[in-house]
Amino acid sequence: MAQLNLRQMKKNQSGTISAVRAAGELGRRIRDMGIVSGTQIKIQGRAPLYDPVALRLSGYTLTLRNREADYIEVEVDD
Amino acid sequence: MEATIALAGNPNSGKTTLFNALTGARQHIGNYPGVTVEKKEGTYINKNNKFHVVDLPGTYSLTAYSLEEVVARDYILNEKPNMVVNIVDASNLERNLYLTLQFMEMGVPVCISLNMMDVAENRGIGIDTGRLAELMGVPVIPTVARRGEGKQALMEAVAAGIEKNAYSGPLCISYGEDIDRALDEMETILQDSPLEDERYPRRWLAMKYLENDEKITALGSRKAPAVSESLAKIARRVEAHLQSTLGVNAEAVIADYRYGYIRSVMKKGVLTERPNLDRLFMSDRIDKVVTNRFFGPLIMVGVLLTLYHFTFTYSGIPVGWVEGLFGWLGETADGLLPEGLLKSLVISGMIDGVGGVMGFVPLIMFMFLGISILEDSGYLARVAFMLDRVFRVFGLHGSSVMAFIVSGGIAGGCAVPGVMATRTLKSPRERLATLLTVPFMNCGAKLPVFALLVAAFFPKNEALMMFIITLIAWTGALLVARLLRSTAIRGESTPFVMELPPYRLPTFKGLTIHTWERTWQYIKKAGTVILTVSVILWAMMTFPGLSDDQRARYTNQRSDILNSASPAVQAELQHMEESVALSPAAIEVRDALLAVDGEEAEAGLRNSVAGRIGGVLEPISRLAGFDWRTNIALVGGFAAKEVVVSTLGTAYSLGEVDPEETGSLAGRLAAAPGWSPAVAFALIIFTIFYAPCFVSVVCIAREAGSWKWGVFSMVFNTVLAFMLAAIAFQVGRGLGF
Repeated sequence: MAQLNLRQMKKNQSGTISAVRAAGELGRRIRDMGIVSGTQIKIQGRAPLYDPVALRLSGYTLTLRNREADYIEVEVDD
Repeated sequence: MEATIALAGNPNSGKTTLFNALTGARQHIGNYPGVTVEKKEGTYINKNNKFHVVDLPGTYSLTAYSLEEVVARDYILNEKPNMVVNIVDASNLERNLYLTLQFMEMGVPVCISLNMMDVAENRGIGIDTGRLAELMGVPVIPTVARRGEGKQALMEAVAAGIEKNAYSGPLCISYGEDIDRALDEMETILQDSPLEDERYPRRWLAMKYLENDEKITALGSRKAPAVSESLAKIARRVEAHLQSTLGVNAEAVIADYRYGYIRSVMKKGVLTERPNLDRLFMSDRIDKVVTNRFFGPLIMVGVLLTLYHFTFTYSGIPVGWVEGLFGWLGETADGLLPEGLLKSLVISGMIDGVGGVMGFVPLIMFMFLGISILEDSGYLARVAFMLDRVFRVFGLHGSSVMAFIVSGGIAGGCAVPGVMATRTLKSPRERLATLLTVPFMNCGAKLPVFALLVAAFFPKNEALMMFIITLIAWTGALLVARLLRSTAIRGESTPFVMELPPYRLPTFKGLTIHTWERTWQYIKKAGTVILTVSVILWAMMTFPGLSDDQRARYTNQRSDILNSASPAVQAELQHMEESVALSPAAIEVRDALLAVDGEEAEAGLRNSVAGRIGGVLEPISRLAGFDWRTNIALVGGFAAKEVVVSTLGTAYSLGEVDPEETGSLAGRLAAAPGWSPAVAFALIIFTIFYAPCFVSVVCIAREAGSWKWGVFSMVFNTVLAFMLAAIAFQVGRGLGF
């Protein structure tokens, strides 16, 4: 299993979050939305200009800007 | 029994729907003290219980970062409702319970309304509600708020819970050894200290120090600096320890443990069927097309154009009714009141002023209805998603687009509903930048001004000029937004982190309530201020008026003209009826009389306070090519931009000019000395950018939460507009136009 930064993940790729490095307001907001280590995600798609990215979590769809996705490391499923 | 309950939950969890289902029309909307967050209250009665229901703002968490979170938290801590009814989206249990857990840590009695059970079932999620209630230790009632299902059972459980009063204190879970130990230590310090406050559970207070919560730490160091400092010291120690051993901060560890707790609850038989990440639901299928790289933008343009047409075309009919009503009022007053100042005050000052505002009401209703449909259906979030990349460059947010379009991004909108449309923006700085720049768009009232000037000075390139004007407005608005975001409203952009809610069919009840409450607020608040400003503007353009000598001179001129006419013509003019055509001789005399009327009005305006201001400003305004007449017209334009046209008419002795019929005025301007294409272009630029009309200013002040921003928009916009207009004029003149 490979470690990838969320920004580098491709559409329909899925995996489990291994680390969230954001601090401060961004970190808090990300965690409030259920992005913590152990959360399973899948890349649902990207906006027409490639940014932001839409993630599929167990209960809902979340969108993040690429530069916010930079703080999130994912253990990618094969 | 009488009790107060607070409805709380995530955005999109169906909280507002439940609130509407519970309280129906018995709602009251106000603001929380000092902030612009709406406070909705209502009543629910069952058997012999009366509940005062407060709808807290939707939040994902209870930290102190957003205004909504602070408001919700403070309400619970300070007002201590008898019970918090936490609406939890059953199809999205994990994230929703994160908020639930925080309520329980705060030490308030909680009852879970497990909402959208139907959606969860459709998605193949099975939930054992009994097991969930047992593990969380709070009542759990399944509901489908859209259909009002479970509402009675929920309120019976709430009543039973309040009566039993079996509440056992704040929830205490483990956050790992390091933090637990620190919390114990801090609780000991807090005990019997000046910070001990029955409103805040000790452990909760201690945790806020570990989470580095600005509100609570600030409160602590104000009330008891020494205690607060020793708590902060422990927090720093733990933070340093966690950073060196695990490389994470305390806040993140606490969040991890909360989620861990929730996941363990879920694993103990709460979830009987687990959702599958790979399964495509209806929403995902729609999104495959609607946010597609190619079709997405096309569909978006279509939807926005439809919204625009819907708002401005269909509202035309009721706007006509309202205008007709005020026209009738004006005529009635005209017939009833004697000629003179009072009549002028009532008609020009009050009826026209208030009528102008009320004319917006149908427009606002339609706009809010349209936006509510887009918002409630979930499409607005997709628009923000698709456009965020573009708007971010200018320090704005994807959701800003709606406000720009409504304000006249496609020429012919209106800034008033545009400013109000910024409510859909959740990020405070981006919202402020948006609402300060939307008035630059070309609203319907600016169009007659452009039409007049373009017809008079650029008759060969009308379409091209209108396109250029639209382009200038957009470029200006976005660049000013960029400028504001790096100066007056500087600050990191708020994280985008946004939920794409599943598509839902909006409910009729929700739409009606939503639309009406906003419209009513507009009528109430704007109406009072606007009457005052309108009367002031009227007075400025009326007083001090002409001296008796001057007036007598015009009266003499008129009688001279009339006396020199033949008796037949005199008789004809005295018995003038609209349907009867006048003889050529009589028309000549009538026109001569009207010319005197026009000159008198011009002289009166010149002599008024507004006219004097116009005259005083002339030396400066000359830099942009404006004479005193243009200055007065622009002052009048502060009432409503189309007034620029009618005031120019008066200033050029044409009498009142109908903004729709500017042919003769255009000819007059084109021939008038002191006018040139350069002046016209400078005036176009000035009209785009200068102070918004006062209805917009009132709305800006209200939406921004302070008059400071209302004043800012008047001063800043006017200065900016003047600089740009002066540059345009000087360059234009230099080039020989």
